[in-house]
Amino acid sequence: MLWLAIHLPDFPLEVVSRGGVSGGPRAVTDGRGVRQRLLICSDEAAALGLRAGMGLQAAYALVPELQILPRNESLEAKALANLAAWAGQFTSLVSIEPGKGLLMEVAGSLELFGGLDELRGEVRQGLVRLGYSACLALAPTPLGAWYLAVCGTEQQVTDARTLSDRLAPLPLACLGLPDSDMGALQGMGLHCVGDLVRQPRDALARRFGQQLLDRLDKALGRLPDPRRPYRPPPRYEGRAALPAEVLDMEALLFPLHRLLLELAGYLIAVDGGIQRLRLGFVHADRAPTHVMLGLSAPSRDLPHLLELTRQRLENIVLPAPVEQVELLAEQVMLLVPQEQDLFSRGKRIGEDWQRLADRLSARLGADALRGLRLVPDHRPERAWSYANPGERSQGGFTANRPLWLLAEPRLLDMHHGHPCFGSVLQLRHGPERVESGWWDGNDVVRDYYVAENRQGERLWVFREQRAKSGWFLHGIFA
Amino acid sequence: MSANLENLLRHPGIWRTQRGGESPHNTLSTGFAELDRALPAGGWPLGALTEILFQGMGAGELRLVMPALARLSREGRWIAWIAPPHIPYAPALAAWGVDLSRLLLVRTRSENDALWAAEQALRSGSCGAMLIWPASVDDRSLRRLQLAAESGECWGLLFRTAHVPQRSPAAVRLKLEPLPQGALVQILKCRGRAPSAALTVDLEMSSLPLTAHECERPATSS
Repeated sequence: MLWLAIHLPDFPLEVVSRGGVSGGPRAVTDGRGVRQRLLICSDEAAALGLRAGMGLQAAYALVPELQILPRNESLEAKALANLAAWAGQFTSLVSIEPGKGLLMEVAGSLELFGGLDELRGEVRQGLVRLGYSACLALAPTPLGAWYLAVCGTEQQVTDARTLSDRLAPLPLACLGLPDSDMGALQGMGLHCVGDLVRQPRDALARRFGQQLLDRLDKALGRLPDPRRPYRPPPRYEGRAALPAEVLDMEALLFPLHRLLLELAGYLIAVDGGIQRLRLGFVHADRAPTHVMLGLSAPSRDLPHLLELTRQRLENIVLPAPVEQVELLAEQVMLLVPQEQDLFSRGKRIGEDWQRLADRLSARLGADALRGLRLVPDHRPERAWSYANPGERSQGGFTANRPLWLLAEPRLLDMHHGHPCFGSVLQLRHGPERVESGWWDGNDVVRDYYVAENRQGERLWVFREQRAKSGWFLHGIFA
Repeated sequence: MSANLENLLRHPGIWRTQRGGESPHNTLSTGFAELDRALPAGGWPLGALTEILFQGMGAGELRLVMPALARLSREGRWIAWIAPPHIPYAPALAAWGVDLSRLLLVRTRSENDALWAAEQALRSGSCGAMLIWPASVDDRSLRRLQLAAESGECWGLLFRTAHVPQRSPAAVRLKLEPLPQGALVQILKCRGRAPSAALTVDLEMSSLPLTAHECERPATSS
């Protein structure tokens, strides 16, 4: 077993600000009223002298432009669950350390990712792209890795025999004990994990309970420490809060990109794809704006999803600034692995086609794409209809039909009793009598001709015998 | 010939007049013997733009490309019609042997959207041909379309009025005038060959070797 611990020291701040493009002096606060204290400061705030634990008044006195963001623990819990789902792309055993980070068992994934360094690199890069800074540590036990990560030492302990030596110098704070216990331990002159391990076990158990001993034993690998794997939910729902309201689409693509990255990781983890996606833009004082995105086939291809999102947003006008961006994929579909060799050309055309259709309908609207089909009807304007692209139709065809049909027959001018279009028309073929439609009230009695004008244009014209009598242009032999 | 040179010459921007056995890969017979003879490599260049200039409502410009479009559609490749000026009439298309299920009509709201859609279709790799009727298009957009056609191995068809400037990155440029039986085709520009005299092309469906009866057969992969 090899455990990778991901400790997220700035998580509470990142959760409420990772949707924003720009930085600035800001801090997350804990507590209420006069007891409100800075919990985590941004780098900019720290550079101006702010520290965790400072009171609000003192902080404002030092940095008047400080932006205070209240801690949002329910958002943190959801964000951590989403992060665990995302991490599922690296290993099947991800476990959540509530409020703080993740533990991943990675021994089985090393080969797939090409080694320890490569895997660690991918995890770290992925976290940065999602907007999280993390401390990563490796150890043969989950708690061992966790203690190393919490202390901010990015150590890699792969040999179980050296584990106790590597854990010994860690300060006791990494154990996450209650304040009272910490005080008591310090009172006994104990400062690091090594000090604690050297104490008589009976005395420790009497004073601090068996639990403390068990934790130490688990960290050192003397007791088993089974972890329950996190099971991702059947749908993805991600949120990115913006530290300041935004109306600019480019600025909104930034948090959407982060959420799409998270979604893509989740989809790899569950081996699925999505065909529908809902983008949500939360406004301060009105109902959220929702935008649907449809794909012609399930996909989890990030560049494709990102491009569709971008195209889709180009046609949207938001009614108000946005303070939070949401992404919802309700139905995750199975991605069927496709045959590789035999029909690879046909398959490639199919995939390219789906991408094209998605891209076009994202920008132009889904109803902008149409196909054609034949309809068994004698009336020329009803012998066809629009269809979904790719739809097959059966039907015979009649010879001598023009390739262009006018949307509406156009009444022709007459010159001494002869129909004109550009010049007097010469009738070359015809008449072809079309008489139909008495059953649905749209009956026609028409004589169709192929005609030519002096410019040489070949036209399809008819003489209406019934309702609106006269000569009409109906098609062009282009 | 060395493999490197062979690779270099495979670049879609390079046209070779003597291509031997590999010509069917990048060209498509027009379906009209006399026109095939007049075009280098014996047909329409795939992966490039073809401009067809004409005046008025129609001069046979669609019939001229119909045999090739029918063939592409039956090979399973899509034919994208970007903002056509009229309704492409399904019974006539079917009569020419076009597989209607491979047609994609794209409705656009502006010339900009149309050029964008044209570029997407050309580049996608799924379309065998893209047809567009641009009212005005600048050199830069034309070059973009040409590059997109090359990368997607798509035949880009631009139907334009006869009064447009002479410069164009298109591989083939034709001017069409209607005749009683068909059209007078003047090859204004053609990569790999000097422009030749005008030729008459018979556009009657009945005079073609490749027509409707052929679409009843299952498509053969070539």
